[in-house]
Amino acid sequence: MSMPPAAGARVAPAPEIRMQGLVKSFKGPDGPIEAVRQVEIEIAAGETVALLGPNGAGKSTTIDMLLGLLEPDAGTVSVFGRSPADAVAAGAVGAMLQTGSLIRDLTVRELVSMMAALYPEPLAVEEVLQLTGTSEFAGQRTQKLSGGQTQRVRAAVALVSNPELLVLDEPTVALDVEGRNAFWRVMREFAASGRTILFATHYLEEADAYADRAVLMAHGKLVADGPTNEIKAMVGSRTIRATLPGADLDALAGLPGVSGAERRGEAVLLACEDSDAAIRALLAAHPQARDIEINAAGLEQAFLELTGEPDAASAPVAATARVRGASA
Amino acid sequence: MIERPPLGYLRYELLRTFRNRRFFILSLVFPLVLYLLIAGSTRHEKDLGGTGVSAPVYFMVGMAAWGTMTAMLSCGARIAAERAVGWNRQLRITPLAPRAYFRAKVLTGYAMALISLIVLYAAGASLGVSLPANEWLKMTFLILVGLVPFAALGIALGHVLTPDSIGPALGGGVALLAFVGGVWFPITSGFFFHLGQFLPSWWLVQASHVALGGHSWPTKGWLVMGGWTALLSALAVRAYRRDTGRV
Repeated sequence: MSMPPAAGARVAPAPEIRMQGLVKSFKGPDGPIEAVRQVEIEIAAGETVALLGPNGAGKSTTIDMLLGLLEPDAGTVSVFGRSPADAVAAGAVGAMLQTGSLIRDLTVRELVSMMAALYPEPLAVEEVLQLTGTSEFAGQRTQKLSGGQTQRVRAAVALVSNPELLVLDEPTVALDVEGRNAFWRVMREFAASGRTILFATHYLEEADAYADRAVLMAHGKLVADGPTNEIKAMVGSRTIRATLPGADLDALAGLPGVSGAERRGEAVLLACEDSDAAIRALLAAHPQARDIEINAAGLEQAFLELTGEPDAASAPVAATARVRGASA
Repeated sequence: MIERPPLGYLRYELLRTFRNRRFFILSLVFPLVLYLLIAGSTRHEKDLGGTGVSAPVYFMVGMAAWGTMTAMLSCGARIAAERAVGWNRQLRITPLAPRAYFRAKVLTGYAMALISLIVLYAAGASLGVSLPANEWLKMTFLILVGLVPFAALGIALGHVLTPDSIGPALGGGVALLAFVGGVWFPITSGFFFHLGQFLPSWWLVQASHVALGGHSWPTKGWLVMGGWTALLSALAVRAYRRDTGRV
């Protein structure tokens, strides 16, 4: 179900991380809730992969199974040829979980040192403090930190283990824009040393900017898997809606930035690859257009559309084709 | 998998335990102040309530039992607090084995208990308690062994209670165990006398009888301690598995 590699992309080495046929359900008030349904993900060594999806898509459950925190109902996980528990025991995995805070009564430096003591080949504590921007408050007790500072210390705790595989579950949620940029600068540097990174996010921009590849999840299913630029084109589109009686759909579909046009009564609906270019072209060609709305499809909506298909497993191709096909 | 907590890890575990103010108040200051008040006023009693043990010795071990029980059970409070912030999950993705995590907790509990013991022994000596070296050692040995079931109880409670509920639960539980165990005054007959003999806190206090001339626990004492240790350890394992979803 994965997309073929883009032209010119390097040939991927054998997958080092392999999740096959993962299934997990939880007890809910109205019967079992299927959190993860038949998820297959393969990651090559050295890849940075984004696990992208709206809240409740099953990202964290998948990550918990990858880390061995949850036992799958069905399916297998292999991390560098070992079980998750063995990979964790060998110190090959570091992670920043979605929820969680820090234990109290230690300074930041002491806490990071305490965690470093558990690994066979930790990074130097001072280096990690420098790298994560925590050295300026390294002498403070953990219970006195702000939310953003706590998040940076959690990143330091994950990094000090010097892992082969680094797993980050929505790592930038508590950070401001500046903190986010700084965080990803560090992770990029870490990835450049040949490490494998898997991060979960519901920000398309984050996946686009920092991952080689994105895996899309919705409602517990994997709906697409491919290079981030293709994923972005697929779900990052915007639509322009305008009242424009009697317009020529073919001409509209040919406007710059527009990938498809449909009629909705007196209105037209334009699917856009570049909504800025499209709106300029639309107003230049049809100054009488009114009631104009521009909508970002948004991940949630894009995912719903993708999973609304009966054969959601083959959605990437179908969905792309459908948007393009609207212009015909 | 690391089966023994590394020294670099233990060191910080101890450090954060000693930085906790509640520990000093509950397991050091309270027992010490109460000891000085109670035993100070009864220091000339050679045979307290027919036990054959002098008041300073009896209350020294009684307060030590209270302080060390608190020190041991506060392992549970720390486990509950760590669970509440998700730290147990963070540790489960490190090479530290769960067994090693509990070892570190029990070791710090014992370190705190030892401090509590030393403080009370010093206070006892200041009130004229004077025992042969082998009796000090035997008494200490019995107290340390008698703390094993409390270590297991702490771990079990730490996995079923929240940080908000564990404080009152431990405070109330220790007070009750201490009362029936005869920490406040010797219980030599009646309902609580019969009940007490089935509780680990009773035998902890009975360690003071060593001062009578070297008596250790009778077989019944060892059986009660062994039984509680087995039962509470099984409960602790069960509570841990239920909490982590591992079987």
